[in-house]
Amino acid sequence: METTVAATGTEGQMWGGGKSPLGASYGKLMMWFFILSDALTFTGFLAAYGFSRFKFIEEWPLADEVFNHFPFMHGVDAPMFYVALMTFVLIGSSVTMVLAVDAGHHMNRKKVSFYLLLTIIGGLIFVGSQAWEWKNFIAGEYGAVQTTGGNILQFVDTNGDRVALEEFVNVGPRDVQAYGDNQGIWYESSGDLGTTYTIEEVRAGFATRPDLLIRTQHLIVNEETGASEKTILSREESAFKLENQAVKVVEGANLTENEYGVPLFADFFFFITGFHGFHVFSGIIFNLIVFFNVLLGTYERRGSYEMVEKVGLYWHFVDLVWVFVFTFFYLV
Amino acid sequence: MADHAQAEHKEHNLAIFRGRLKFKNNVQKIWGVLIFLSLVTCVEVALGYIKPDFLNGHFLALKYLNWIFIILTLVKAYYITWDFMHMRDEVSGLRRAVVWTAVFLIIYLIALLLVEGDYIYEIYKNAAVSSDF
Repeated sequence: METTVAATGTEGQMWGGGKSPLGASYGKLMMWFFILSDALTFTGFLAAYGFSRFKFIEEWPLADEVFNHFPFMHGVDAPMFYVALMTFVLIGSSVTMVLAVDAGHHMNRKKVSFYLLLTIIGGLIFVGSQAWEWKNFIAGEYGAVQTTGGNILQFVDTNGDRVALEEFVNVGPRDVQAYGDNQGIWYESSGDLGTTYTIEEVRAGFATRPDLLIRTQHLIVNEETGASEKTILSREESAFKLENQAVKVVEGANLTENEYGVPLFADFFFFITGFHGFHVFSGIIFNLIVFFNVLLGTYERRGSYEMVEKVGLYWHFVDLVWVFVFTFFYLV
Repeated sequence: MADHAQAEHKEHNLAIFRGRLKFKNNVQKIWGVLIFLSLVTCVEVALGYIKPDFLNGHFLALKYLNWIFIILTLVKAYYITWDFMHMRDEVSGLRRAVVWTAVFLIIYLIALLLVEGDYIYEIYKNAAVSSDF
């Protein structure tokens, strides 16, 4: 052996070879560097989100109005509370994970498996919550109309409270029978029938309710409080916009349009929370694999629970990303 | 191998807040950090819900309130990385290799994109063609 390796004069030094200067195993090091690169991927997404937000700084939807649902409290305005709960669930599962790692250091198989199970359950609750959040976001609540320029017009009453389309629009006669969801899909050929109401029906409904006004997506600064608010037009301006500029009804959100405002908002929401949710999902799979290995005694035989530590790092990273997603999507 | 792995984790740094708060063992530290993170999250949610008017002033194109959110988020990120991911117990070489790289590239990317976004906002705002139609 010694004959094949040239002496470099660095033997015995920290980086001279034969030691692990960073004090971590190969697997752990590589997990750290994978996390670093993944963090930069998420940075790319969040920075792109920031780019679009600064580009539409006067039009970006207000998160409080978009994410205000809470389970079993239908119709109650509860901005952010549900995502705050999701944050606690994820931080909680991070804690059970780090407890599992700690139990692994003490070679306590029972405790490791118990805490891993709790972590997996926490992860499942989180992914389920995210699915529910998506469902509400996609379904929408009030409905809106879109102008030729792609801007969203929403309806409010004289107090400035949102009014849903269903409160003032009646479904008129249809020249074709709209199919139900279980009979067929009808979007491409039927134009307005992809939505519950047609734009003419919205105009007719608007005319019957003199208290209705239109709110545009344009944000103005309230001089008194300094807070950003959406512009509410006068009745005349509202009627003019609806008559001359509105072209279609928008209900809920998808990748090309959403009733909350700038379409990019929905795109980033789906993409970033979706990519994060995918990380949570894959984290659950890793945790499950390690969990079964713990039960089978694999790490007991190996003499080290380092694998728990490595998936633990990944799991904490997922929590770390969520902390930022929470801030930039729901708070800022 | 077994001895090696054991030896690496024998010691945890049990002090947080620059040594002001010391815990007796690792499990206790984990719960302590959880309590701290929960408190910070509660403050964030409370501020986000109330949105006090006096925090609506601007500093560097961002509201004070948003600066508070971002700083609190970084605080949370620090404790998640340092105590849950045990970065506190790693040697400084590993810590710097991961953290400095990330911090430098993230600041760079964010600065570039936000400046560009603001520039495009100005272009749209001053354009001869209105987007409001």
